[in-house]
Amino acid sequence: MDKHRVTTYEDIARENYWQTVWRRFRHHRLACVSLAVLAVICTAAILAPVIAPYDPEEIAGPFGAAPSFKFILGTDQIGRDMLSRLLYATRISLLVGVLATAISTAIGVILGLLGGYFGGWLDIAIMRFTDMVMSFPYILLVLVAAAIFEPGLWSIILILGFVDWPGIARLVRGNVLSLRETNFVKSSIVAGMPVRHILFSDILPNTVAPILVYATSVMALSMLDEASLSFLGMGVQPPAASLGNMLNSAQSMTVLTKQPWLWLPPGLLIVILVVAINFVGDALRDALDPSAVMTIRKAGTAVPGDEKEDGKGSHAEKGEGAV
Amino acid sequence: MTKYIIKRLLIALPTLIGITIIDYAIMCFAGSPLEMMQGARISQAAVAAKEAALGLDKPFYIQYIMWLGQLLQGNMGFSIKSYEAVSSMIGSHLGPTLLLMGVSLIVSLIMSVPAGIYSAIHQYSKGDYAVVTASFFGSSIPGFFLSLLLVYIFNVTLGILPSGGMVTLGTSGGAGDVAAHMVMPVLVLSVSMAGTNIRYIRSAVLEILQQDYLRTARAKGIGRRSVIYKHALRNALVPIVTVIGMQIPVLFGGAVIVEQLFSWPGLGLMTMSAILNRDYPVIMGVCLLSAVVVLLANLVTDIVYAVVNPAIQYD
Repeated sequence: MDKHRVTTYEDIARENYWQTVWRRFRHHRLACVSLAVLAVICTAAILAPVIAPYDPEEIAGPFGAAPSFKFILGTDQIGRDMLSRLLYATRISLLVGVLATAISTAIGVILGLLGGYFGGWLDIAIMRFTDMVMSFPYILLVLVAAAIFEPGLWSIILILGFVDWPGIARLVRGNVLSLRETNFVKSSIVAGMPVRHILFSDILPNTVAPILVYATSVMALSMLDEASLSFLGMGVQPPAASLGNMLNSAQSMTVLTKQPWLWLPPGLLIVILVVAINFVGDALRDALDPSAVMTIRKAGTAVPGDEKEDGKGSHAEKGEGAV
Repeated sequence: MTKYIIKRLLIALPTLIGITIIDYAIMCFAGSPLEMMQGARISQAAVAAKEAALGLDKPFYIQYIMWLGQLLQGNMGFSIKSYEAVSSMIGSHLGPTLLLMGVSLIVSLIMSVPAGIYSAIHQYSKGDYAVVTASFFGSSIPGFFLSLLLVYIFNVTLGILPSGGMVTLGTSGGAGDVAAHMVMPVLVLSVSMAGTNIRYIRSAVLEILQQDYLRTARAKGIGRRSVIYKHALRNALVPIVTVIGMQIPVLFGGAVIVEQLFSWPGLGLMTMSAILNRDYPVIMGVCLLSAVVVLLANLVTDIVYAVVNPAIQYD
C-alpha cells in the first residue's frame, strides 16, 4: 500500500503545519486550477502597465469597433482599446477587493479579540454595536454611504471595509471565547504574561484558520459589491476603468445586442474571479480543518461557516467530517 | 419558553434604539434631520420661527429625542424632490416589493431545499458534484450581469418576456401579465440566494446524517428511505429556518439593484432614485424601515427555532 502513497509516513511526520495544509489543499483539483487561474489574472493585472498594448484612457481607434488584429478585444464607444481597459480594470477591482478585505479583517479581528477576551461591558457593547450594523441591509448601507460621501476609489474601499467587519468580529469573538478556556491560555494568564502577549501570541495564531477562510469569502463579496456599485455609477468613477463600470454601457439596448465585446469580457472576468476565490476559500477550509478525516474528495464539497451565533455557525463549520 | 421570548424582546430593544441613533447620525451627515421632517416648502420668515420651534439651537441629544418623537408618530419627513410624505411614499411602493420578495423567497426555497437534501444524501455522486458547482456559480454571478444576460436571452433574442415594468404599458395588467413581468427579476434574485442556500442546507443535512441516532436507526433495520424522511428531515428544519431568516436582509438589498434594472415599481426603485438624487429623507426612511424589519425577522427566526426544536437550550 505504501507504493501508492505520494508521501511516505516519515515525510508526513516531519511536516510543519503549513506543509500539511498545502498537501491537503493539493487534493482539491478544482481549487488548484482556480489558484492557477487567479495567479495568472493577478500577474496580468500587476503587469498591466507593461503588457497593455495601449494606454487605457487614450483614444486610439474608431468608435465601437469590433475585435480585430489591431484591437484584440475591440474598442469602446469613445475609441479606447478594450483589452488595455480590461487589464487596468482588473487591477482596480483586485485592489479594491484586497484592501477592503484587509481593512474589514483588521477591524473585525481587533474588535473580536477585545470583546471576546475582556468580556463584561466591553463585550456587550461591541456585540450590540455589531448587531446594529448587521441589521442594516448591507447593500443599502453601502449605497447610502456612497451617496453621502463622494464616490471614488478610496471612498469605495473605505466604505466596503467599514461595512464588512461584523461577520469577522463575531467569528473571532466566538473563537476567543472558547480559546480563553483552554489550559495553555489559562496558564499564560496565571503566569502573569502581558495581555498583549496572550492576545497576539497565544490566541490569535489559533484563530487564523477560520479568519483566513472567512476573509476569502469577504474578498469575493467585496469584489461583487464593487462591481455592482460601479455599475450603478456609485463606485469607481470614469474615466478610470473598473470591471463594474465597464458593464455600465450594456444598459443600452444597442450595446447589449450588437456589441457583445463591450460587456461580455468584463462580466465573465468578474464571474471567473469570484468563482475562483470561492473555490480556493472552500478548499482552504477543508485543508485547514484539523478534525476532518482526510479522504480524497472532490472540490467544492463543503460550505464556509456562516456568522450566526449560538453554535449554529459551528454546526456548518464541521461539514462532512468523517466519510 | 415565554421567558426566552421576553428576554429576546428586551435584548432587541437597545439594538432598536441603537439603529435609530445610527440612522440619526447618518442623517446629520447629510443635513439637519429636524429640518427634513418639516419639508422644504416654507418661507424664510417661517424658517426663523420654525427654528425656535424645532429647537435647532438645542443640544443634539434633545434634537434626537424630538426627532424620535416625530418618528413614533409616523412622520418620517418629506422628500426633497417631490415634497411627498416619506411614509406615504413607502406605503404605496411597499406592495410590489413584498410581492417580488415573497415570490423570490418561495422560488429559491423550492430550488434549494430539495437540491441541498438530494446533494447531501447522495454525497460524492455526480449529481452532488453538479449541484455544488451550480450553486457556486449561482452565488458568484453578479446580479446585474445575470439580469443583462437574461434580458438578452429572453427579451432580445427570444422576445417572449417583457424587459421591464410591472404591467405592460397601456393595459391594466392582470395576474398573467404581472407574472410574465415577474419571471426575470424573480429568477435573478432566487438564483443568487439559492446558490448560498444550497451549500448551507447541504452541509447541515450532512452533519445530521452522521449523527449517532441515525446510525442507530439504520442499525435497527429501518429502511433507508424511512430513516431519511422521518428522522433526518425533521431535524433539518432548523437549518432551513435559519436560511429563511438569513434571506430577509439579503432580499432587501438584492431587490434594490434588480428593481432598478427591471424598472419594477417597488421600494428598491424608489430607494435607488432617491440615492441618485441625494434625497436623504427618503433614503433614511427606507434604511430605518429595513433595519427594523431585519431585526424583527431575526427575532422571529430565533423564536421559531425554540418552537421547532425544543432541544435547543438558550441561556
